[in-house]
This record gives sequence, C-alpha cells and structure tokens, in this order.
Amino acid sequence: MSSLHWAILAPFIMAVFVPFLRKKAASIHTGWFVLILPVVLFVSFLQYLPFTMNNNSVTKTAAWIPSLGIDFTAYVDGLSLLFVLLITGIGALVVLYSIYYLSKTKESLQHFYVYLLMFMGAMLGVVLSDNVITLYMFWELTSISSFLLIAYWFDRDRSRYGALKSMLITVFGGLMMLGGFLVLSIMGDTFSIRELVIKAPDLNNHPLFLLAMVLILLGAFTKSAQFPFYIWLPDAMEAPTPVSAYLHSATMVKAGIYLVARFSPIFAFSGYWFWIVSAVGLFTMVWASFNAVKQTDLKGILAFSTVSQLGLVMSLLGAGSAALHFDSLENNLFTAAVVAAVFHLINHATFKGSLFMVVGIIDHETGTRDIRKLGGLMSLMPVTFTLSVIGAFSMAGLPPFNGFLSKEMFFLSMVQLTELNLFNMQTWGILFPVFAWVGSVFTFVYSMIIVFKVFSGKFQAEKLEKKPHEAPVGMLISPVVLAVLVLVFGLFPNLLSYSLIQPAAAAIVPALLPAGEQLDVHITFWHGITTELLMTIGVVAAGFLLYKFMSKWIGLYNYFPGKVTLNQFYNAGLYTAERGSNAVTRSYMTGFIRSYLVYIFAFFIAALGFTMWAKNAFRFDASTTSSIGVYEAVLVVGLIAATLTILLAKSRLTSIIALGAVGYTISLFFVIFRAPDLALTQLVIETVSTALFLLCFYHLPKLSRHEEKRRFQACNALIAAGVGIMVTLIGISAHSSKFFESINEYYIENTYKKAGGENMVNVILVDFRGFDTLFEIAVLSVAALGIYGLIKLRLEKGGESSENK
Amino acid sequence: MEILMCVVAGLLFAASVYMMLSKSLLRIIIGTGLLSHGTHLMLLSMGGLKKGAAPVLGEHAASYVDPVPQALILTAIVISFGVTAVILVIAYRAYQELGTDNMDQLRGIDTDD
Repeated sequence: MSSLHWAILAPFIMAVFVPFLRKKAASIHTGWFVLILPVVLFVSFLQYLPFTMNNNSVTKTAAWIPSLGIDFTAYVDGLSLLFVLLITGIGALVVLYSIYYLSKTKESLQHFYVYLLMFMGAMLGVVLSDNVITLYMFWELTSISSFLLIAYWFDRDRSRYGALKSMLITVFGGLMMLGGFLVLSIMGDTFSIRELVIKAPDLNNHPLFLLAMVLILLGAFTKSAQFPFYIWLPDAMEAPTPVSAYLHSATMVKAGIYLVARFSPIFAFSGYWFWIVSAVGLFTMVWASFNAVKQTDLKGILAFSTVSQLGLVMSLLGAGSAALHFDSLENNLFTAAVVAAVFHLINHATFKGSLFMVVGIIDHETGTRDIRKLGGLMSLMPVTFTLSVIGAFSMAGLPPFNGFLSKEMFFLSMVQLTELNLFNMQTWGILFPVFAWVGSVFTFVYSMIIVFKVFSGKFQAEKLEKKPHEAPVGMLISPVVLAVLVLVFGLFPNLLSYSLIQPAAAAIVPALLPAGEQLDVHITFWHGITTELLMTIGVVAAGFLLYKFMSKWIGLYNYFPGKVTLNQFYNAGLYTAERGSNAVTRSYMTGFIRSYLVYIFAFFIAALGFTMWAKNAFRFDASTTSSIGVYEAVLVVGLIAATLTILLAKSRLTSIIALGAVGYTISLFFVIFRAPDLALTQLVIETVSTALFLLCFYHLPKLSRHEEKRRFQACNALIAAGVGIMVTLIGISAHSSKFFESINEYYIENTYKKAGGENMVNVILVDFRGFDTLFEIAVLSVAALGIYGLIKLRLEKGGESSENK
Repeated sequence: MEILMCVVAGLLFAASVYMMLSKSLLRIIIGTGLLSHGTHLMLLSMGGLKKGAAPVLGEHAASYVDPVPQALILTAIVISFGVTAVILVIAYRAYQELGTDNMDQLRGIDTDD
C-alpha cells in the first residue's frame, strides 16, 4: 500500500468520521471539516504534474486477490491525473458551495457528506485503477453513491423515481461493462489495462473483439448518458444542486468519457469503434441540444445541455480514433480531435460547474427554477448575472471564453473528417460537420435562454415564493472561481496545453508517440478566416434568429409524439417487469404448505431419478444379503398393516395408536437386528411420544377429516409412490455397491483399548463422538425451553383474550 | 433381508409423504414420525443386517454387526423425538388459538407478506 492507495481510500476513511463530527461539533457546519480533504488531495496530486508532463507515469501495486490476478494497482498518467484534479478540484469547490447551500439545522448533513465522500473515493478509484476488476468495483460504487445522492430528499416521489432510474440504467451498463472486461481479459490473459494496451495489435483480430468492444461501450454510454440511455440524467436533477454540479455534470458522467479514452488504444484500430463512438456522440449532441430548448426547468436545460456536451466530447474521441490509422504524427490531423476532446472536457467542467451553481443560487434565492416564473433578475442579482453570462456564453462558444476555443477545435475536427478516406467517409463524411453545426445552433439558443429568460424581461415578483436578493458571499466563491477559470483558460489557453492537455491526449493515443516526443498542442485564438470561424459566425447568426423568433417555431415540438418517448418506454418496461415477476412469483408461492412440499418432493424425484438414469447408477446384488426369518416376515406384515391403518384411519385416535404400533414394531426390528440399545431407546421414546400425541389431541373435540377431492388424493398418492420408489431404489443400489470397507473395524478394535468401554454404541456416543451428543442434549434443552415457552404463552394470552371478550 | 428392508423403508417413506401432503396438521406430524422411522430402518440396513453379534465386546463373538449406524440412529431417534414434541405443541397451541388444524385455513393472508 503506497501513499497513492491511501489517497484513494482517504475519502472512505474520512466518511467514517463524518457522523461523529456532525454529532460532536453540531454548531460548525460539517462541510468545513470535509472541505479539508479534497483540498489536501488536490494539492498533493499536483506533485505528479512534473512526471506526467513528460508523458511518464507512476504505478504502485498492492496485492488484493493475488490468486486470481486481481491487484489494487494505482496508475497515474496524464489522463488519470487530469481526472483526479477535476475530481478533487471541483470537489473542493462543490463542498464549499454546499456549506452555504445546505442548511446545517434543517438537513441531515452527515448523510450528504458520507455519500459525497464515498463518491469522491470511488471516482478516484475509477480513474486511478489499472486493474479492470478494481475499476469495475469503483465504477459500481459511483453508481451507488449517485443513487444515494439523487435520493437525498427521499421523501419526494420524483427523487426516488430519478434515483431508481439512474441506478437501473447505470448498473445495467456497469454489468455489461464487467462482461466486456471479462471477455477482454480472456482475450489478453490479463486484467491490467496497460498490459492489454501492449497486446492491442493481437487482440484486434480476436473473434471476441467486437463483443468486448460493444459491452464496454454500453458501460461508457450508460454512464455518460449517451443516446438512448441519457433519460436518467434529466431525472437525476432531483438531487441537491451541489450534487448535480459535481456528479451529474463535472465528474461522474465523465467516467464514461474516461473509459472510452482509456480503452481507445485497445479498440481504436477498429472501424466499428470510430463509427459507433463518433456517430452516437454526435447524434446525442444534436438530439439533446434540440430537446434542451423546450425545457422550462433551468436544471432540466442544464441536464440536457450536459448530455449534449458529453456527446460532443464523445464524438471528438471517436474522430480522434482515426488518428491511429496513420503511422506517423506528420500531417496527422486527428490528434487534434483528441486534444480538442480533452480541452473541452476541462472547459465543460468549468463553465457547466459554474452554471449549475448559478442555477442553485437562483433556486435558493427565489424558490423556483421555472423560467416561466423568472425574469428581470439582472439588477437584483448582478454578480449571479455576470457569472451566468460568462458560463452561458462560454457554453454557446463565444469569444473570449474557453468554450469558443474548444468549439472551434470541434468544428475543425468535424470538417477534417470529410477529408478522411477511411471507413466509407467519402459518402457520409459531410454529415459530420452538418450535425455538429446544427447541434451548436441549438446550444447557442438554450444558452441564451438561460441568461435572458432569467435575468432580463419583466420581473414577476408575484410568482416567486421569496423576495429575491443577491446570494451570500460564501455561496458565490465557488462559481466565481470557476468563472474566472473560464476566462483565464479562454485568454491564456496555453497555460493548460503542455501541463494537462498534452499528457492526457498522449495517454489516449500512445501508439503514435515515439518515446520522448510530445503532441503538438498549441491553442490560438486567431487562425485567419477559416471554415470553423465561418461556422461559428453562422451559429451565432442562426442562433440569434432562432432565439428572437422562438415563439414562432416553438410549436414544432408539439409535433413530436408525446407517447412514444424513451421515458415512456422505460416506464412501461419497468411496470411490465414488476408486474410480470410479481405474477410469476405469486403463481408458485401460493402460501399453502402443501405446494412447497410438492415442489420439494417433485424435485427430489426428478433430480435423483435423472441422476440414477443418466449415470446408470442402479445396482442390484442380492448375494450378500442375510436370510429372512419367520419373525421378520411377521413383523413386516405387522408394520405394513399398521402403516395402512394410519393411511386409512378415520379418527385421530386410531391413527395415533397405529403410529405407536409402527414405532413398537420398529423397536422389535431393532431387537432382531442385534441393536439392543436402539430397541430400548425406541421403546421409551415411542411410549413418551404416543403419550404426548394423546395428551395434545385426545381431549380436543373431534374434527371431521378434511374431505379431499379424488384428484387431489391421486396426485398425492402419485408423488408419495414416486418418493417411496426412489428411496427403495437408492437403498438397494447403495447396499449393492460397496466401494470400501466399513469403518467399524476401527471401533471394534479400539473401543476397549482407547475408551475402556465394552458397549461399542455407547462408547461411540459418549466418547468418540462426545461433542455430538453434547450438542444433541443442547438441542433437546432448546426444544424443552420452546415447549415450556409455548405453554406459558398460552396462559398469558388466554388471560388477555378472555378479558377482551 | 436387506432388500426387503429397503422396500419396507420405501413404503414408510411413501406413506409419510402421503400423510404430509394432506391438509390436516395432525396427519402432517404423523407423516414426519413415519419419515424418521423409515430413515432409521434404511440406515440400519445400510450397515448390513444380522452379520454377527450385538456390538458389545463382552459377547466375545467372532464378528459384530456394524456399530456406526446404530450410533447414528440412536442420535436420530432422540432428535426426532425433540422435533416431534415441539411440532406437536405448536400444532396444539395453533389449534387452541385458531380453532382449526386445516393447513389451507392456516395459510397466511396476502397482507402478511
């Protein structure tokens, strides 16, 4: 265990102490204690920057399950470090923000921070694990903590619905991903991602390659809310806003992006990978931005916008995979797509994080997030307004913010795809820039909605629950920090280029880089009048017109069928599954003890009968049997007669007495079979239990024997006969096939020598198997206590019930 | 003899299963009693029957019957007595409280689960 492992585990350890801090120091907001951890982690991970800047990596291994080849291997390279800094950095800001967002008197903070820390640790584990099994474990932990956080206000219906939905979809994807990992590890014979990357060229021709790829992509697409799995993300917005900012925009949903980036070196040689990742990403981007425009809830807009932006990054990663089809770095345009993906990832975390916090402030200060009720807040909340302008304009892709730069790079990559002469791109390539442009137009429109529907227009005080005013300073710190970053990264993008972007991009396309070389990452504002600049100008113009005349065309959305949506599909699926499984369970869990016994006995007959038939196990060997004497014959006849009497008896008394007769016959059998101890015991026990039977039932009023239908009886008889025949067959086979000598010789020799007793049965019971007998006595004592308790219970309850009457 | 005992044990099993499948609680308890009788006979005949003297060294016989099944059965007899006693008392109490020993009526209602 190295310090790296402890860094991953630190949030979990911290989580243990949170409830105590909450209890012992209730006057201080628990968030202040929690805040220390991400800050410390952020600073301590910064020390890895010098390593990763030169495309080096750090690996630390701790054995976890060595016998299965599963190690807890922490691996820091440019890509994981980028994510770690995002997780801890945004994490710190979110915790700071939450201190002002969540009231320390009203909310159960201990739950919130325990879940949040759990998420932080799980997320660090995801991005730092080299072993796919460890990665999977942390991956599912993020789903679970996300579930818990969405359902934080669990008394709300929508929260529970959203939590369940996100859980079902992401865990479904997680399981698919686990399958993909297993297939991949079978192909490559290792669980380590680094080793798999080295073996990538061999894996490419493996028959299972496509299966592994599709399964892993399912994991990534569900987590990163790609079409058609995105439906969980808008419902996840029921979570408290700090959670939405942290999990559902800046970090957790990017785990899918991380996964795609991490596995790019393995899969990107395939044309399928290029097509699936880039097409799904691009379609998601257009679809979600189109849908974002019609939302009326501010968080709904941001949710769809997050889906759309994730699609954008995804499509860039897909486009970047084309880079691996060229051998050299020279004239390789597609590494630029990878660089753009990484850059936009950072930008999205900054501007979307700040926008979520802004929306949280609006919600907090006005009591609503509905854009139909909001308006004219510009003068009331000037700081919030400025922040939202920075965030939204960056998202829309306007200069001088960082979103402009990465949006330009996105356009450039999409335009370049049209020139690619691989994978049928000559035919379909033109669609990529067209889709990218359309998606960006809608992005522009909803960005404008966020700013101008809320802050300009008429102020509608009568529709608001609270009197709006500017947020407290503490609440503004985090979004201000992020907005400043948006500006700084926009004006000085090269602060990031070789410190974070280059190492991360290099980790995505390692095969292209000779040792010691770096990708060319130089981001500039002005390239001259290029296609992408014209596209941006077109976006602004078209977006402006669409926003201006929105009332004219917004009715278009009504033409989309309301019933045939993915959400309806999910709801109906869930409903049918619940009803179906309920019906199936009810059909056999009848509540009648007879049904259960029938299942047990039927299974007994079927399983043993099948085994006996399939293994050809039946043996019949009568050579070693002993003779049948007169006494035995008489006893057998008596036993059968008594048994039949039980079966046919009309009254209780007869059957109880017949049972006694069976018992006594058995004890006579014991006499004949040279078992004097058994005979004595049986006699005593039979007497006592017959007495007990009589005590319990003789004095009760006579009940009619429950009349049963003939079919019912025939069925019972059939099962009974089946069991009887099976038992007989097994008995005969067991008797006829002796594979080894009985162990009785040991007892015959040693009974006197070792235990000093002559009666072998007694010596076995009290000496060789003394503990067995001891526990048997214990069982009897428990039974006695139970019986005593039952009788006592009658006295008390009887008294009560007579009083009640 | 062993073959015959196997058949008898099978018969006892069949009778006990038939009893256990019926609706009356008492018949079910009787069924479990028969089941243990069948099992004991079966166990005993597994060790071979009448192959020597009773397993007491004082007999000074040339051979003894297998003592191991006997020890097992002795344990089993006592345990099955304990079980029967407990079920009996439960059945008796249930009958007193609920006024029926019909298993169909003793079934829990849906709201219980």
